[in-house]
Amino acid sequence: MSFDERGGAPVRRPSTEGRRSASLFQFVSGYGYSAAGRDLPEVSRGRTTVTTILLGLVLPVLILAVWWVAAESGAIPDYLLPSPPQVVAAGVELAQAGLLATYILISVQRVLLGFAIGAAIGLVLGALVGLSPLASKLLAPLLGAIRAVPSLAWVPLLTIYLGIYEEPKITLIAIGAAFPVFTTVAGALRHVDPHLVEAGQAFGLGRLALLSTVQLPAVVPSIVSGLRLALAQAWLFLVAAELIASSMGLGFLLIDSQNNGRIDRMFLAIILLGVLGKTTDALVGLGERALLQRWG
Amino acid sequence: MLRDIQLEIAPGEIVALLGPSGCGKSTLLRQISGLDRPTAGTLTIDRTAVAPADQRSAVAFQEPRLLPWRTVARNVELGLPRGLDRRQGAERVAELLELVQLSHAAGLKPREISGGMAQRVSLARALARGPGVLLLDEPFGALDALTRLTMQDLLVDIHRAEPATIVLVTHDVDEALALADRIVLLGTRHDRPGATISMILDVPGARPRDRASVVLTRLRAKLLDALGVPSHHGA
Repeated sequence: MSFDERGGAPVRRPSTEGRRSASLFQFVSGYGYSAAGRDLPEVSRGRTTVTTILLGLVLPVLILAVWWVAAESGAIPDYLLPSPPQVVAAGVELAQAGLLATYILISVQRVLLGFAIGAAIGLVLGALVGLSPLASKLLAPLLGAIRAVPSLAWVPLLTIYLGIYEEPKITLIAIGAAFPVFTTVAGALRHVDPHLVEAGQAFGLGRLALLSTVQLPAVVPSIVSGLRLALAQAWLFLVAAELIASSMGLGFLLIDSQNNGRIDRMFLAIILLGVLGKTTDALVGLGERALLQRWG
Repeated sequence: MLRDIQLEIAPGEIVALLGPSGCGKSTLLRQISGLDRPTAGTLTIDRTAVAPADQRSAVAFQEPRLLPWRTVARNVELGLPRGLDRRQGAERVAELLELVQLSHAAGLKPREISGGMAQRVSLARALARGPGVLLLDEPFGALDALTRLTMQDLLVDIHRAEPATIVLVTHDVDEALALADRIVLLGTRHDRPGATISMILDVPGARPRDRASVVLTRLRAKLLDALGVPSHHGA
């Protein structure tokens, strides 16, 4: 099997910094009264939603049209650029063979399992490092080093230790999902407004009560944005895992199609990954909106 | 840095700690509250030593320090003593919001209310447990002049309704004169490091006081003199 390194290049984290500081700002400035203000833009209201969705569709529709015309005109041969109907046909063909649903489901299952496990681990480690200076000194350097290991470097080791079935893939995805949550939660807990923490202490809150009354609610926005990054990361690591060693899933569909010269299926797999990733992100976004209304 | 502070405060008394910025007023208040510990000496409430974050006293900080995700009522709830059942707690919160005239704002979040309202919430939270000692760290310092006067009157009413011992840190001479039974002036002497009590002044008259009375005017001149500000009194 040929493997193009560019296809699975080590996944670097998307700009965590910007998003984290945005949500930190929210609660750093959030105590007190209206004069302190909240400069964050309000979440778009129902009235604008339709316009927002329509605007969001403009470019995809445009690209689809250009793609269609380019493919149908014959200017580009269809072994390089399949037409949209060819891609749809490839999907129908796979669906009829019973493979499409299986591939999608197995990939979604891997992402969700890996994401759940990784997020839980990231949450616990983040809480430890964020709250305890001792834990931070003990753990932070090690975790920083582990995070610096490119994702693909784990694959051979995981394959030897965990075999070739689900375990190594889910583990890899969990590793990928844990770090965004860890980083955002640890950072946010460390920066919870010390004034609020002191007020809590002054009113007799013990360690645990302080955690549940002041510290955790204060970092809810960061936890959510950490989870969102982790989910994106989970999809990245899924493809990395499936490209290398698998017999099912969308990443497998990609590499298998490359080996068989089925560019229509490659287009199908890429479009499906985009749609699925965006859908899961939108679902988390809905949850985020609800949480921020309660805690923001 | 403070040194040689000896001060006894009677139950129900209002004492104002007055002094220039950075003279240690807030430090002294934080030590009384048990949030900070003195490096030397002892602090007692009712003859027993002050514990870390002592629950016999309650603090209203310079900033309101409200939890932004909780409503006004739920913020006041934070100050309730432990072991109060839900119904009693809710009644107490309603009573306190009534006292600080915020019953209408019970369901609002801190970002939806004004600075003066937020300070009143902070005050209600401090009062929630019926503290023996109420510690106020420049609670009205960030408010506009008019709101500050209203808040001072409110504090007089509150003290009448719930006569706790109050220690009030302020840099506002008029505020100290309007509210305090005694004014403790903190200051430094140029020949020795560290601030200490430079003057204790009894303020006569029942509250609410006439802010323009002759007695208060004379005391104001005296305090301003001691603070090194020309009073222009009788000029």
